[in-house]
Amino acid sequence: MSERPIRVLIAKPGLDGHDRGAKVVARALRDAGMEVIYTGIRQTPEMIAEAALQEDVDVIGLSILSGAHMDLFPRIVEEIKRRNVNDALLVCGGIIPEEDIPALEQMGFVGVFGPGTSTQDLAKFIRDEVGQRRTRSAQSPSPAR
Amino acid sequence: MDTEWIEAVRAGNPRAVARAISAVERGGPGAHAVIAALFPFTGRAQIIGVTGAPGTGKSTLVNELAKYYRRRGDRVGIVAVDPTSPFTGGAILGDRLRMQDLSGDPGVFIRSMATRGSLGGLASATFDAVQVLDAAGFDLILVETVGAGQSEVDIAKNAQTTVVVDAPGLGDEIQAIKAGILEIADVLVVNKADRDGAGATVAALEMNLNLKPKSEKSWRPPVLKTVAIRGEGTGDVVDWIGKHRAYLEAEHLLKAKERARFRSELDMVLQRELMSRLLSHLDGDEMDSLVDKMASREMDVYQVANQLLHAAERSQA
Repeated sequence: MSERPIRVLIAKPGLDGHDRGAKVVARALRDAGMEVIYTGIRQTPEMIAEAALQEDVDVIGLSILSGAHMDLFPRIVEEIKRRNVNDALLVCGGIIPEEDIPALEQMGFVGVFGPGTSTQDLAKFIRDEVGQRRTRSAQSPSPAR
Repeated sequence: MDTEWIEAVRAGNPRAVARAISAVERGGPGAHAVIAALFPFTGRAQIIGVTGAPGTGKSTLVNELAKYYRRRGDRVGIVAVDPTSPFTGGAILGDRLRMQDLSGDPGVFIRSMATRGSLGGLASATFDAVQVLDAAGFDLILVETVGAGQSEVDIAKNAQTTVVVDAPGLGDEIQAIKAGILEIADVLVVNKADRDGAGATVAALEMNLNLKPKSEKSWRPPVLKTVAIRGEGTGDVVDWIGKHRAYLEAEHLLKAKERARFRSELDMVLQRELMSRLLSHLDGDEMDSLVDKMASREMDVYQVANQLLHAAERSQA
């Protein structure tokens, strides 16, 4: 049996409709051999958490260009935790000022990717991080895993 | 073995259901264990397939159908399949995008699946995922295939009722009389019926149905017009799915359908298992050298296949 594909949720929280970046990322991750669940724009924190739960994703990627990340991201993290989706990797991208990054890392985001990030670097980052998590979770047996 | 998760799946716990579907998707002994544990609790759900060409509006129609069933009080499971790239193994699963009305409703569970190399319009684990949802107590399970061409007809073996979605402008009367996808329809839908040519599409489909020899008891699929994006005509689709179900019950066809489904499942699993056992005897170099022999015209494909089969039989004897 070959390694199962990495499943990634790509979502755009909030009200900005600039989804070109999210689509470019979705397409690049597809080309890197991942299964990308694309949910599109204007997602509420509940919708994002619900999709992550049902789709059992390895990665949750949020794209935001409106500047509302410090309001929306904590609510998304809360909704995700409330549903016990605690093993998914959190990454985000878009227009995010440098000074917000420590707070986002505090919230649990392991990667914050701004404009100019190479999609190859992003794919490699995700593959490495998910690989490490899978090795760790393989050592601790859990039901139906 | 830990059995807590079985109870959690049966209680419809979304985390447990999601995990169980991931396990069946992964295949191997883990998948077999999940199905073995849940199989006794399956067989209650009504399974409806939705298929049709890419862009005809399958996901939007599924969204509307699910809203109808929710209003009736049914719990609805959805499995939506999109294609895996044959080159990279990646996939964009975008059906959820059209189903946002259902988000936040605990009575709906949506799962996107990639085909992962399987042909026929479904993933090889699609039916296993349906069984997980069935055991989790979903009353209705809607299975949306990949955008189907003409011969992706596996859904008809998996679903009790198959809805085929067409749209105006996709072909003439000759397309309508070809064999394949139109033959598996229990309900035919012409979506985007507000567009030019909808009448001609309906007429072509009706003509094709009229050419079929009539027998008293056989089911004649209705041809329904919808504009799914505005919810127009979707109530009729629900009604006709209900009528088809009643027909299956009245004619005692449900059991026969289920037997046919199990038979085709068994064929598929045997093919997969035999293939993997056969290939497990072989290393990559051996395979390469056999392909070399074909490339140099020393052996043809049947000679190579027979040689491999004989070798496998000998190693078992």
